[in-house]
Amino acid sequence: MVSLTEIRKAEKRIKRFANSFGLDFFETIFEIVDYGQMNELASFGGFPNRYPHWRFGMEYEQMRKSYAYGLHRIYEMVINNDPAYGYLMQSNKLVDQMLVMAHVYAHVDFFKNNLWFAHTNRHMVDEVANHATRFRRYIEKFGMDVVEDFVDACLSLENLIDYHSPFIKREADEDPEPEEGTRPKAYRMNSKGYMDAFINPKEFLEQQKRDHEEEIRKSESFPALPQTDVLQFLIERAPLKRWQQDVLSIIREEAYYFAPQGQTKIMNEGWATYWHSRMMTEKILTDADVIDYADHHSGTVATSAGKLNPYKLGVELFRDIKERWDEGKFGKEYEECESYPERKNWDKKLGLGTEKMFEVRRLYNDVTFLDEFLTEDFAREQKLFTYEYDRRDKSYRIDSRKFSKIKRKFLAGLTNLGQPHISVEDANHGNRGELFLAHRFEGAELHHDHARDTLRYLFKIWTRPVMIESVFNGSQGILAYDGKEFKLQETSASSDKMQEEAP
Amino acid sequence: MVKKIEKDVARFHRIIKGAIRKDLSKYIAKGELFGRKGRELVSIPVPQIEAPRFRHDHSQVGGVGQGDGQEGTPIGFDNDDDGKGKAGDQPGQHVREVEISLSELAQMLGEELELPRIQPKGKNEILTGKDKYSVVRNTGPESLRHFKRTYKAAMKRQISSQTYDYDNPIVVPIRADIRYKSWKPTKLPETNAIVFYIMDVSGSMGDEQKEIVRIESFWIDTWLKAHYKGIKTRYIVHDAAAHEVDRETFFSLRESGGTIISTAYQLCARIIENEYEPSEWNIYFFQFSDGDNWGETDNSKCLNILKKDLLPICNLFGYGQVRSDYGSGEYIAFLENNVASEENLILSEVESKDDIMDSIKDFLGNGM
Repeated sequence: MVSLTEIRKAEKRIKRFANSFGLDFFETIFEIVDYGQMNELASFGGFPNRYPHWRFGMEYEQMRKSYAYGLHRIYEMVINNDPAYGYLMQSNKLVDQMLVMAHVYAHVDFFKNNLWFAHTNRHMVDEVANHATRFRRYIEKFGMDVVEDFVDACLSLENLIDYHSPFIKREADEDPEPEEGTRPKAYRMNSKGYMDAFINPKEFLEQQKRDHEEEIRKSESFPALPQTDVLQFLIERAPLKRWQQDVLSIIREEAYYFAPQGQTKIMNEGWATYWHSRMMTEKILTDADVIDYADHHSGTVATSAGKLNPYKLGVELFRDIKERWDEGKFGKEYEECESYPERKNWDKKLGLGTEKMFEVRRLYNDVTFLDEFLTEDFAREQKLFTYEYDRRDKSYRIDSRKFSKIKRKFLAGLTNLGQPHISVEDANHGNRGELFLAHRFEGAELHHDHARDTLRYLFKIWTRPVMIESVFNGSQGILAYDGKEFKLQETSASSDKMQEEAP
Repeated sequence: MVKKIEKDVARFHRIIKGAIRKDLSKYIAKGELFGRKGRELVSIPVPQIEAPRFRHDHSQVGGVGQGDGQEGTPIGFDNDDDGKGKAGDQPGQHVREVEISLSELAQMLGEELELPRIQPKGKNEILTGKDKYSVVRNTGPESLRHFKRTYKAAMKRQISSQTYDYDNPIVVPIRADIRYKSWKPTKLPETNAIVFYIMDVSGSMGDEQKEIVRIESFWIDTWLKAHYKGIKTRYIVHDAAAHEVDRETFFSLRESGGTIISTAYQLCARIIENEYEPSEWNIYFFQFSDGDNWGETDNSKCLNILKKDLLPICNLFGYGQVRSDYGSGEYIAFLENNVASEENLILSEVESKDDIMDSIKDFLGNGM
């Protein structure tokens, strides 16, 4: 075990190095915890205090087991907060602690400066503790089972948020109602009597009338535009009790807090790995530490069994950016050069790499990062491939190494965090207060059983029939749940028949 | 210090076991962690509850990976029917399950089972200890400070040292006044119990039958040992003749021969007569056989001993019969017809290994 003085001394040194490399971070508090505390913190998403819920217990159990059997250990954990908190595992060697601290400082720099974190609450530690207190109050008042049951319903809808909504500036909340009769029923051009049939032909008038009716129908539909932030919609419009509204808003708030970490996983880990490796190798390591460092670092960036490792991918991309902008491997001239050796040896000695990296860490998220900086050369050097599920032998197989496919798969998997796009289309469907959701089909169907069970939970919250339009078993359809049974109705023109399903 | 997470863990366990929130039970999935022991892959079961949500069917999504291999090479991801993909290790290797530790299992069983009709008898064999916060000490952690006693002690000291001011009665405790709550191990009522295991090892019992019997008696034994400290056990095997054996032998012995159940009963009756005074002991029998006794005469002899010597003095007589292809299996029917009215006799049929748990519940599940 490393003494506290040694750790504090190392902390000061590393902070100085981090500053000298240009990292700009919140004040960071390092706490030293044992493995039990570490597992507890990790189960709580890094926070010392969360609301009571079984799923934290489940996470803990899993971590405890994998630690006990020596499969996995957590080295580092950090909370996006001001001041930021980093946790150090008590049993680690000093060189591990130094690596972790360097890594953490880079994470905090990322939290502070990356655009996508701009709207996160920087006092989340307090906020989350408040949430826990509110939860406990509700549990005392209404009972554990009642509250937990509702929480489970909310959690199954947790992913239905709009990752861009913190950035959208909305005008007034609601448009003022247009006054009755301000719009003409049909626009008729002035014309002399005998020309009227030509200037205002019948079809034209009818078209106008139809458009008008359509407009009225639209203005009556609610919400006027599809709403992607389904949770917010439910908070405002579902018939909830006050405590339920509060619980749902807490879950929404926490979902938004964690969202940017999911949106920048590759970048964030890549950035932190890049800086810890530079600080360690250039400034900190002594000869005696090299083996331990190399062991730890290689464990961090190892890829196994064809799985993608965000640490590895991220750090390699950042290194690639650094190299390309240092050597001027960008722009029209470079892009149009078709000889691989020539491109390989391209060097204009621009030295813009570090500057570019800092720009990237400020402005990008994983989607835009990969879209812009994943190059064909890089994909080939890193041996990237796409895989698909093979139904015959129930395994995943390598599908292709074609760059265009790799990129498409990457972006599809990262956009909207790989979650399906679902929005509220109509909250008064059929004028019966039924909730109509739509899933934007992008090649993958919804998991059928899950969709049904989620509808069941949604019904609990909405209390009127709920339905979702999507593609089921290859054909467009609406899956509806009215509290008793499920109905799957195909909406394609070919058949209008109703399929009864067992509830 | 108790961790905050423990409450969540306990709640999760209760959900997994189906004690609460039964609506969630359909989402319980059998998760696995993969470990490596030498060259062998070891699977460590981790139950999980996967809450439903709108999500893609993973089998239609695919993704990006990294590493060697040609198009079409399987990449060792294994996928259950749920479509819940989980990274495994290289495929095609033998996977071994890690057993749950005995104490963990005994604890799991313990929440459902109890030794029925146990009564306080005897005085010194079985102790159930429990810590009770019933004493006050001068030292201890601040969290257990006993305010009233501290106050009293401080007041006593001030009065006796004449520093107590009756007009301004402020009591200020000093270090020596502080009292702490503390615990004392308390012994709960003592009870004696003796458990007899009787196993048929005759030739008609095939390997499978013997295995079932061994597993079942092993678990009953393990559970009882974990929950009742100081319990006594005796192991008896019989074919055409009965012997007492030690625990080790009981669980590993192979024999063959005919079946005369009465010999085992006689042996039990003799042991009890010599060593265990029924007024001082709770007596339990667990007998396992394929029910193929040698002839009607022995059946009636058994009945005689049961009615006269064993049933009147025992708390429970459990008879478990394993299904066998060779035996007639008529003994259980015989008992049913003749002594089923005795309420301390429990009959249980074990068709296959899957029934073992149910059978154990038949015997010990009176608390359910």
